Amino acid sequence: MNNLFLMFNLPEWVDYIVSGVLILVVLIGISLMSKVKTAKLGNRLSALAMLLAIIVTLINAKIFTINNYWIIFITIILGTVLGFLWTYRIKMIQMPALVAVLNGVGGAASAIVGGFALFGIGAGTDTFSVITSMLALIIGVITFWGSLVAGGKLSNVISSKPTVLPLHKIITALLIILMLALIVDSVVGIIPNQLILLIVTVVISSLFGIVFTIRVGGADMPITISLLNSLSGVAGAIAGLATKNLLLVSIGGIIGASGLLLTQVMCKAMNRSLLDILLGKTTTGKKAEFVEEAKESQEAIEEIDPVAVLKDAKDVIIVPGYGMAIAQAQHLVKQLADKLIEQGATVKYAVHPVAGRMPGHMNVLLSEANVDYEDLYEMEDINSQFKDADVTIVIGANDVLNPAARNAQGTPIYGMPILNVDQCKNIIIFNYDLKPGYAGVNNPIYSRKQGVSLNLGNAADTLAEILKKI
Amino acid sequence: MKEQKKQWECKGDIMELIQYILVGVFIVSTIVGYFLINNVPSLLHTPLMSGMNALSGITIVGALLSTVAAVNADKAIIGFIFGGLAIILAMINVVGGFTVTDRMLRMFSKKGDKHE
Repeated sequence: MNNLFLMFNLPEWVDYIVSGVLILVVLIGISLMSKVKTAKLGNRLSALAMLLAIIVTLINAKIFTINNYWIIFITIILGTVLGFLWTYRIKMIQMPALVAVLNGVGGAASAIVGGFALFGIGAGTDTFSVITSMLALIIGVITFWGSLVAGGKLSNVISSKPTVLPLHKIITALLIILMLALIVDSVVGIIPNQLILLIVTVVISSLFGIVFTIRVGGADMPITISLLNSLSGVAGAIAGLATKNLLLVSIGGIIGASGLLLTQVMCKAMNRSLLDILLGKTTTGKKAEFVEEAKESQEAIEEIDPVAVLKDAKDVIIVPGYGMAIAQAQHLVKQLADKLIEQGATVKYAVHPVAGRMPGHMNVLLSEANVDYEDLYEMEDINSQFKDADVTIVIGANDVLNPAARNAQGTPIYGMPILNVDQCKNIIIFNYDLKPGYAGVNNPIYSRKQGVSLNLGNAADTLAEILKKI
Repeated sequence: MKEQKKQWECKGDIMELIQYILVGVFIVSTIVGYFLINNVPSLLHTPLMSGMNALSGITIVGALLSTVAAVNADKAIIGFIFGGLAIILAMINVVGGFTVTDRMLRMFSKKGDKHE
């Protein structure tokens, strides 16, 4: 089977039981993640299980009998130090890119395990092992490159706009066919040399990983990140199938499911199908009609005085969006909320599931600014409260509250569930400009005749100005 | 020596069985994971994702075993180069993932304590 058992004095079932216990610990850890109060413990339990898994593996592999075993320890320590140094002081603003790149790193490791397995190292040479090795290699490499591109887009190293190559769909289809052909070949053996097979497979899967993420735009990132998260788990699970490793198969499967579930939640929150996003049926919808409408009515707007409205407000809802993240305005938002609370107002935060660039993005940023998580409301829980609120403060959010989603058929956001901000009598908006959001559909709220105050510019600056006056 | 060979043959016979069991484990884990994670509120989706991310570093186990297997198969140089790379990457994934998740969750729970 593999060295793990061959070199092992204890019977095999001991190893299976140890793996089973570790899987159980991880499952308990994950179930603790469902409540804020226990989540920290849950995460630490999972980390403990991982540490034990590494120690057990080292013992099972009789690490000290290996020539130059110290090299393995050095790599372990090196990875640990790099991982820690990279993340222990990272700013929350960099979180989406970090999560993306970490995903890719894990995918690359799985790809290497798959690559070894392809040569029969740590795995058998039967059909099942060969096919799973190839799959682990392919999915791992796709995860790696896909995550790097996603991370690049999220940190603005490369343009966050969708990049569409000429014949993009045909290229994508061609690469998929090539990958399938390579898997078939790994069994049939038309390519005589395993090394050539490996190199060709890595090149083709790399190209696919790049081609498929390069055309995804910024606001579709929550879906893409979730999907890559799922893929990194699947890559690990399949590497586990190739090397017959219970731990890898099981935990990889759990991660695959988790990522898929998040992907599904994100898709639902955007009223999009996963296939549409992967095929790039994204943003370029009809927008002309709405653009004109907004322009002509702009003069007639009676702006409300934000300072006066805020001073009288008793019931306030704050709607954060990606603009808050870019402007790093979460601390100012918290200051504003504190002032309002001092006046005796209640302040709630309405968080749309796809606000920001990854699932739960706004919650993390607001937590960083010391906002109590009990004040963060999900869309379904707060949507009925907008009509009774005195004022809604929008900070760098657009598409998630665009009422056009209800009736503008044919636009990309049509049918997407939105926050009912338009039902509120007073709306104070802190957005960068009046341009349509990522979806390219103009927001009728901007041209509403009454009860709207538009504060354009960097949300941090405009917020600071208002803060001074209250 | 003879005994060991016998053991090998026996293992060859149960290999296929193990394959099916592992595929079964994969499917069951996926289903169990799906239902467990369904309970996580969207508030915690980012820490959940980065926690899962850290767990995907479980491939460290595979990386260690592959490296050891390669060295034992007299392919020490290749084993240490690529296996070492896989170990480093997987460890970055594990340590980095758990560290950021812990940091985020501390931010969340800090405010929870204030309430009590």
